[in-house]
Amino acid sequence: MADYETIPINTLFEIPALKPGVMKDSAPFVAAPVHQEALGFPGELVDDWQARAIEKFGELLKKSRALQVYMDGCVKCGACTDKCHYFLGTGDPKNMPVARQDLLRKIYRRYFTFAGKYFPKLVGAEDLTKEVLDDWYSYFHQCSQCRRCSVYCPYGIDTAEISMAAREIMDHIGKGQKYCNEIIGKVHKIGNNLGLPEAALANTLEGLEEDIEEETGVAVKLPLNVKGADILLVTPSADFFAEPHVDGLIGYAKVFHAAGVNWTISSYASEAANFAMFIGSYEQMKLIAERIRKAAQDLGVKRIIFGECGHAWRVAYSFMNTLAGPFDFLDRAYPVPQHICEFTWDLIQKGELKLDKSANDHMTLTFHDSCNVARASRMGDSPGGQFEIPRAIIRAVCNNFVDMAADTIKESTFCCGGGGGLLTDDLMEIRTKGASPRMNALQEVVEQHGVTHMAAICAICKSQFSKVMPKYGIGMDRIVSLHQLVSNAIILDGQEGSETEDDADTIEDTASD
Amino acid sequence: MLSTIFAILFYLATAVFVVGLAYRIRLYARTPAPLKIPTTPAPVTQTGVVLRLFREVAFFESLFKANKWTWLFGWVFHAALLLVVLRHLRYFTEPVWFWVNWIQPLGKYAGFAMLAGLIALWGRRFLVERIRYISGPSDHLMLMLLIGIAASGLLMKYVAHTDIVALKAFVLGLIYFNWQPLPADPLLLLHLGLVLILMFIFPVSKLLHAPGVFFSPSRNQVDNPREKRHLAPWAAALDANRSDAGGE
Repeated sequence: MADYETIPINTLFEIPALKPGVMKDSAPFVAAPVHQEALGFPGELVDDWQARAIEKFGELLKKSRALQVYMDGCVKCGACTDKCHYFLGTGDPKNMPVARQDLLRKIYRRYFTFAGKYFPKLVGAEDLTKEVLDDWYSYFHQCSQCRRCSVYCPYGIDTAEISMAAREIMDHIGKGQKYCNEIIGKVHKIGNNLGLPEAALANTLEGLEEDIEEETGVAVKLPLNVKGADILLVTPSADFFAEPHVDGLIGYAKVFHAAGVNWTISSYASEAANFAMFIGSYEQMKLIAERIRKAAQDLGVKRIIFGECGHAWRVAYSFMNTLAGPFDFLDRAYPVPQHICEFTWDLIQKGELKLDKSANDHMTLTFHDSCNVARASRMGDSPGGQFEIPRAIIRAVCNNFVDMAADTIKESTFCCGGGGGLLTDDLMEIRTKGASPRMNALQEVVEQHGVTHMAAICAICKSQFSKVMPKYGIGMDRIVSLHQLVSNAIILDGQEGSETEDDADTIEDTASD
Repeated sequence: MLSTIFAILFYLATAVFVVGLAYRIRLYARTPAPLKIPTTPAPVTQTGVVLRLFREVAFFESLFKANKWTWLFGWVFHAALLLVVLRHLRYFTEPVWFWVNWIQPLGKYAGFAMLAGLIALWGRRFLVERIRYISGPSDHLMLMLLIGIAASGLLMKYVAHTDIVALKAFVLGLIYFNWQPLPADPLLLLHLGLVLILMFIFPVSKLLHAPGVFFSPSRNQVDNPREKRHLAPWAAALDANRSDAGGE
């Protein structure tokens, strides 16, 4: 791995001085022809790539109002320049959102605008050269599409849209990213990012059932491919094996069990993640979303519930109705789809879960808002429900909860550093540096409030944190799943050693918070 | 001769400004937004979106969250510019509308606020390393142009008065196609010349941020994707390929 220093903890949140070009060589592995062609993209960089790139760019400008307006609208005010975690972590000026956008905008101006065609130097328009393409490949893979910059932009310019478009263009000239494209191929072929076939999945779920029974004495089921179930659970495949994800999955199973609902997982759509969003491909994203539609139809379910996953919830909440709807065949008394947190919170409010908050007394929690949940989706009926509902659940199941600094949570949350298709070992340096703003904010509450653990509701966040936290001197077990906390606190009927005397106080406790 | 050149230039500039802007707005309006991408938390009703855009346009809400200095300079400049433009309506109307008279006292001083805001914004482009890095020639020239307009206007108002009665006759003459001579005052010609340049470049420059903000999907979309299916025409065509197409 490259030789680099981890940015030291900086709880003063200082903005770094510019270090031009320091991350120029940080680029992910290029997709092999077999991964490219599986998605219908050229296997390798085509000979006439400039012309094909401009042609694709022109097509995207016609298909996306966001791209067209965002290419024109920037006034270089600088509001975004200190907002990106990758800039804050590296100091590379091309990681300032406006400068990242300009990598594409200078080509837009050169080929699509009057000023750029006739006065290129004046407006910073440039020809599409190999150097520009290399910059695209490096810096558009140093954007986790977290949308933090778009919160602060006076025109709402969303760099995520721009990096998605850039990746879409690169895919179409044969320069795709190995990590995302290989994974998307696996979903098309097998049904999940891991390439976990049905038999292996069944095995895993059985193992989990045994674990839960061993722990609680209650036969909690994790059903697979059950026709006629009421609820289809779609969850990131990392939940099936990774830590701490799997503890979250156990939590969902316990909640479903306690609620007495009839639910199932589908092996055909055994993946909530939709990496096609990261590469900006509407068509690929639609194919993956339609697997969920088909699974729901084949199994005859009435509801779809998504597990803890950030970008997956964005695709599910914001895009699934568009991509794979309408969902008239489901029970419209419930939102389509629902988030597991919405489901759990609803039960807690109704007093239908027996909870022992003291089960989490060995921890002091903080909560990491995942970017796609925070800035690209919602939970519940009112704006901001995506912040309130997870916190309300934590307060209902834990006694000790502290938020991190206000400008690092909710709509201002910092990305974990591994989102947007960057969760791959070949990008470890940028992932580590990009995590520093979140690590700084975490360190602050660790020092000031004795926080011991951070909860998250995103598979990517959880994987990323368990990998990079040790580089900041924080143990990898300090990141927990939100439903892991629920799992700890929940008392199932017939559970061994269950004490039920204080289960009635949950509603009052949460209401008073 | 001079009057004729300026008259023709003003007609041309107006045409470029109006047609160019209309073309751009039409382009924005007609380009589909395939997905729901409001930056959340976002309003869940159309009324809420109108309010969000109003706060954005009137108070620069997002910029306020981002950077208080940039917000202060930017907001002062834009608010002052609005007052100054409204004040200038007195040169285009006879009789002068009553409310234009009301804002006249404010408008006179707004010119100073506008100039101060512009100079502060320009200063940031030199003093803040990050902003210096992202500033190109056109960004500096745009500020110089606006500063030139503000400064020449203020000089005419407070230092070297121009023949404002004759100017008004010229302007009204343009509007009613009854051309009158333009006073050959260098400051006035500079002021008008710079305004002409501004009108010409408006539709092909970053000044498109003005109409653009209203078309920004992250700001103008209602957050209701679960309740209402959003579908762009080009995307709807893809549904036809679906395995269960027609089976509903």
